[in-house]
Amino acid sequence: MSLIYLIPLLPFIGFVVNGLSFPRIPKQLAAIIGTIPPLVAFILSIQLFVNFDGTTQILHVAEWIKLGDLQIPLDFQIDALSIMMLLVITGVGTLIHIYSIGYMSHDQGFGKFFAFLNLFIFFMLILVLGANFTVLFIGWEGVGLCSYLLIGFWNQKNSYGNAARKAFIMNRIGDLGFLIGIFLLIQDFGSTDYATIFSSIQQGDVPENLGLIALCLFVGAMGKSAQIPLFTWLPDAMAGPTPVSALIHAATMVTAGIYMVIRANVIFELSPDVLQFVGWIGLSTALLGAIIGLFQNDIKKVLAYSTVSQLGYMFMGLGASAYSASLFHVMTHAFFKALLFLGAGSVIHAMSDEQDVRKMGGLKSKMPITYFTFLLGTLAISGIPPFSGFFSKDEILAHLYHHDLLMWSLAILGSACTSFYMFRVFILTFWGDFRGTEKQASHLHESPWSMTIPLIILAIFSVAGGLINLPHFAGGNEFLAHWLAPLLPSTEALGEVSFFSLEMGAPLFAAFIPPLLAIYIFSSKKLIPSEDSQIQGIQKLIYQKFYIDELYDLIIVKPVNFLSVFFGQVIDFLVIDLFVEGIGKIVQYTSTEFRRIQTGNVGYYVFMMVISIAIILFMGLKSWIL
Amino acid sequence: MQSIPDIIRTIPLAHYILLSSALFCIGILGVLTRRNAIIVFMAIELMLNAVNLLLAVFSSYYSDPSGQIFVFFIMAVAAAEVAVGLAIIVMIYRNIQSIDIGILNKLKN
Repeated sequence: MSLIYLIPLLPFIGFVVNGLSFPRIPKQLAAIIGTIPPLVAFILSIQLFVNFDGTTQILHVAEWIKLGDLQIPLDFQIDALSIMMLLVITGVGTLIHIYSIGYMSHDQGFGKFFAFLNLFIFFMLILVLGANFTVLFIGWEGVGLCSYLLIGFWNQKNSYGNAARKAFIMNRIGDLGFLIGIFLLIQDFGSTDYATIFSSIQQGDVPENLGLIALCLFVGAMGKSAQIPLFTWLPDAMAGPTPVSALIHAATMVTAGIYMVIRANVIFELSPDVLQFVGWIGLSTALLGAIIGLFQNDIKKVLAYSTVSQLGYMFMGLGASAYSASLFHVMTHAFFKALLFLGAGSVIHAMSDEQDVRKMGGLKSKMPITYFTFLLGTLAISGIPPFSGFFSKDEILAHLYHHDLLMWSLAILGSACTSFYMFRVFILTFWGDFRGTEKQASHLHESPWSMTIPLIILAIFSVAGGLINLPHFAGGNEFLAHWLAPLLPSTEALGEVSFFSLEMGAPLFAAFIPPLLAIYIFSSKKLIPSEDSQIQGIQKLIYQKFYIDELYDLIIVKPVNFLSVFFGQVIDFLVIDLFVEGIGKIVQYTSTEFRRIQTGNVGYYVFMMVISIAIILFMGLKSWIL
Repeated sequence: MQSIPDIIRTIPLAHYILLSSALFCIGILGVLTRRNAIIVFMAIELMLNAVNLLLAVFSSYYSDPSGQIFVFFIMAVAAAEVAVGLAIIVMIYRNIQSIDIGILNKLKN
């Protein structure tokens, strides 16, 4: 069982070796050192999965914090949920490492890139393996750091550095909430262990501020998983290399918030108001992301807003207590969104770093593998049966249908937007005529095997991923739901649904009609989105992302900047400097005055000595008389 | 034949005090006003001897021999001090051809 320790340890070793030896070792070696650890970790995770007997195991790694009654050990917890997350992280992580070998082959920071990726995998594994909220928090912060390092990987460009800082700072806001939640947990339960907290809640020891704790934890999830109002960092995070967008900002890190809520489902179940809040935040994020995605022209931006919107769906599912459905969507989303990002990366690679879909088109014949896998990803995310996205999204929608009809109908609307913008991007990129420059046209090529093989594998998962939780009506046995059942509150079965009911029909309608519309507009009529300057009206409002960035800039960034300038130039200059420098000036002035009496003349010294002795004697005499 | 303490006691105590105060003040004035290092030295000796005189007188008046022991100590210290001091003065003279203490302001800075 000690092999479990190797799962997080190997990526860490990879990070240390690659990090210390960069840039002295050749790229091929760095690639091997970087790719082997997640691969071995994946194999170990599979072994863990196969041998798992359904009982939760706590592995004690080390004593960590001991403060009076408070004990926070460094423990790992192996249970149904963490094994599922292990599989996703190491599996998708390995594929993306392999992909990066091809994608980053021309980059100078090759070894550094792999070191950071390995560090990320390490922290992500710590996050899901932790047996208490504090260990979770280490991983939580660690992945934030890696996200920062990798978004700003090409740090020669100022705007990339700004995007990295934005992501980091926005995450910090959420982390503050999370940290307060942890402190409240310690205050109420004297422990951060999942087992201790959850069993004491289940035994009826429910503290009054449990709702507040749930809210604080959710604020942390908001930051990490890019929910309103902390979502604007995710689209900007696309500044990083595309494998990073796929791994961190689509498949794994951003789902940490969902993982955490699922993990803490005992707390959330007892705070129905917070759960309701989670659902509505998820819904508004899903809708907002989907609507903004409709008019974006940057292929990665579309995928980024799509990720924001899909994360919204997952939170919606959580809000309806559909925990296993949300985890199901986390997994299928990891497959198809990683696939889409890697496909987009393949396109960008071929187009010599062009990301604007208006300048693409007709790539179908030049890049058949990318084309075909991207098509499968698009079908999966649009929720077209029998691809994986259909099952996972549909399960969330089915739960919403029974939970809140208004939420459900709005979610269907968002779902329709999703399939429309995905097909829009897909058609603009791969169909029609090539719209780029001559130079780009001559350079077009299918990507090397190291990039296409991960695409093919992910495409297979995107198609077949639905099998892990196939619902009864499709002949499955809901494996994932049963797998997770011991960790989740018991929910009543949703009952059998048929393809012809409203519950089933509306999502299918939302999946099939928008693509046809997109095909009509962008393929039959061959419309191409207009240039930036010609976009007008409400379309411009959406294209500019509802000016949310500008709004934040106006109400938060500008006042903070103003305050810092005020403190820097007025308070610091006029108050602090004046005080500190004043003391220095006084000392300097008095010492220059006093040093005049040091003439160096012996006679003068003797005279002063005599005078002083006389004064001392006189004073002594006076006190003796009195 | 009277003993020495008896002879000393034939003169009133106030006279001794006045005399040694006068000697001491002359010494101080000498130290303060003269610029020749040797004269300054002599003035210091004068001050020492004023104290010695007073110690010897008090010793006789109070029939306490420890005062005289102090006198011997002071004389021994003074002799040692003179030996060192004069040596320093000689060295200074060899270096700057002068024993004017007004010139000796190298302590400044």
